[in-house]
Amino acid sequence: MHSVTRMSNEIRIGIEAGIIQSNQSSHRSKIAVRQLSLSLGGVPLLRDINLDIRGNGITMVLGANGAGKSLLLKCLHGLLKPQGGEIKIDGRPHFETRQQQAMVFQRPVLMRRSVLANVTFAAPENTDSREIADLLNRVHLAEIANVPARLLSGGEQQRLALARALITKPSILFLDEPTASLDPASALIIERLIQDTSLTGVRILFITHDINQAKRLGQDVIFMHRGEITEHTDKNKFFTNAESREAIAYLSGELIL
Amino acid sequence: MLTDAFAEAFHLIVSGSDALTEIMALSIQVSLSALLASVLLGLPIGTALAISQFSGKRIAITIVNALMGLPPVVVGLVVYLMLSRSGPLGVLELLYTPTAMVIAQVALITPIIAAMTHQVMSDLHDEYKDLFKSLGIGTGRAVPAYIWDARYSLSTTVLAGFGRAISEVGAVMIVGGNIDHLTRVMTTAIALETSRGELAMALALGIVLLMLALIANAVATWIQGFAQRNAYV
Repeated sequence: MHSVTRMSNEIRIGIEAGIIQSNQSSHRSKIAVRQLSLSLGGVPLLRDINLDIRGNGITMVLGANGAGKSLLLKCLHGLLKPQGGEIKIDGRPHFETRQQQAMVFQRPVLMRRSVLANVTFAAPENTDSREIADLLNRVHLAEIANVPARLLSGGEQQRLALARALITKPSILFLDEPTASLDPASALIIERLIQDTSLTGVRILFITHDINQAKRLGQDVIFMHRGEITEHTDKNKFFTNAESREAIAYLSGELIL
Repeated sequence: MLTDAFAEAFHLIVSGSDALTEIMALSIQVSLSALLASVLLGLPIGTALAISQFSGKRIAITIVNALMGLPPVVVGLVVYLMLSRSGPLGVLELLYTPTAMVIAQVALITPIIAAMTHQVMSDLHDEYKDLFKSLGIGTGRAVPAYIWDARYSLSTTVLAGFGRAISEVGAVMIVGGNIDHLTRVMTTAIALETSRGELAMALALGIVLLMLALIANAVATWIQGFAQRNAYV
């Protein structure tokens, strides 16, 4: 872990100095989705989703409430079983790569244990305790490691959920609005962690309603509307020249249903 | 007369009367044995009902819930018929022994432990299932985690089971027979001594029983308070 932390610090220092660009892109997992469909209770919720994610940076997922963003991520992560279509990760069925994936939920699910015990529970066998301590330090929770997790503030809880996901050393990280309802300081800590994580070569899909956050963090943007992907394009193109009527309306702040 | 009975009852308790001590010891021994067996049976049943999927699950839950309300005398009667000389288990010659009383109490409190465990575990399972699936936690690791994280709620369940067992009278009267120095427990002794007009002994046993119930409730309340303060429930 010391080497991982050292690498992470070097990357951060390198970025601050304008030296290092992300060069781990070739190692990033590639996600391919073909004709994915999901219905619950007979209601179609995801329709004919086709998607290729193979870029170098963070993929932001935008769309109004009920557009199907969370459902899409849950399907990709294997928490929901779609009725049709296929999902492949690096050419393999996605359920075979579950151990390489982690997810942070919009409402963090924290076990009825201490901060430290939450992370320890998720850690793979033979994880060095120093590695866990180091991670807690990075998420600014080391000093309250022995506090019951569910007594933490919203920002602390979300940082803990992120730490718990990261201790599994995922190659793909699904983030479902991890900074929703957080104050700017807490959101900033999480954003920095996510950026650092992305620079280590982890594929990240990040749902947000915060357009500025999407501009700050994203490399490409998936826009969803009523269970369909209406756009998947480069961030700059999306924010300057969105094509779909729904995306244009969303970006201009219009209320869309 | 009532004042005298109370005074004598307190004297019996304070002086540590042999008869009182013997009855108390047997009551606690029978109830704790029944509780242990019920926990060993009820905890896995309740947990399985909460986290596993199988056909007939709803029916099984309904049956367990219904068994919680079993009339103790009916349980006593059924256990009596099973253990009586002509019954299927008559060969074991357990009728009118403490073991028969333990069996009756197990039949009474196992559904309570199972139903309350099911409720506690269902809530926890609803909360944790996506997380565990996301982390790739299999049943082998999930079940101990559920039990550990539900430990405070489950300990309250166990104390409720103990309260029910120690205060039960109908079933143990039928299968135990209330035999002096053998199967006489606090509840059956209270019934007998009252009918004989020996109010001092009945009151002494009643006070001890009440104290045990109060201690069990106080412990349960403390556990719940501790767990709530630490957001463990």
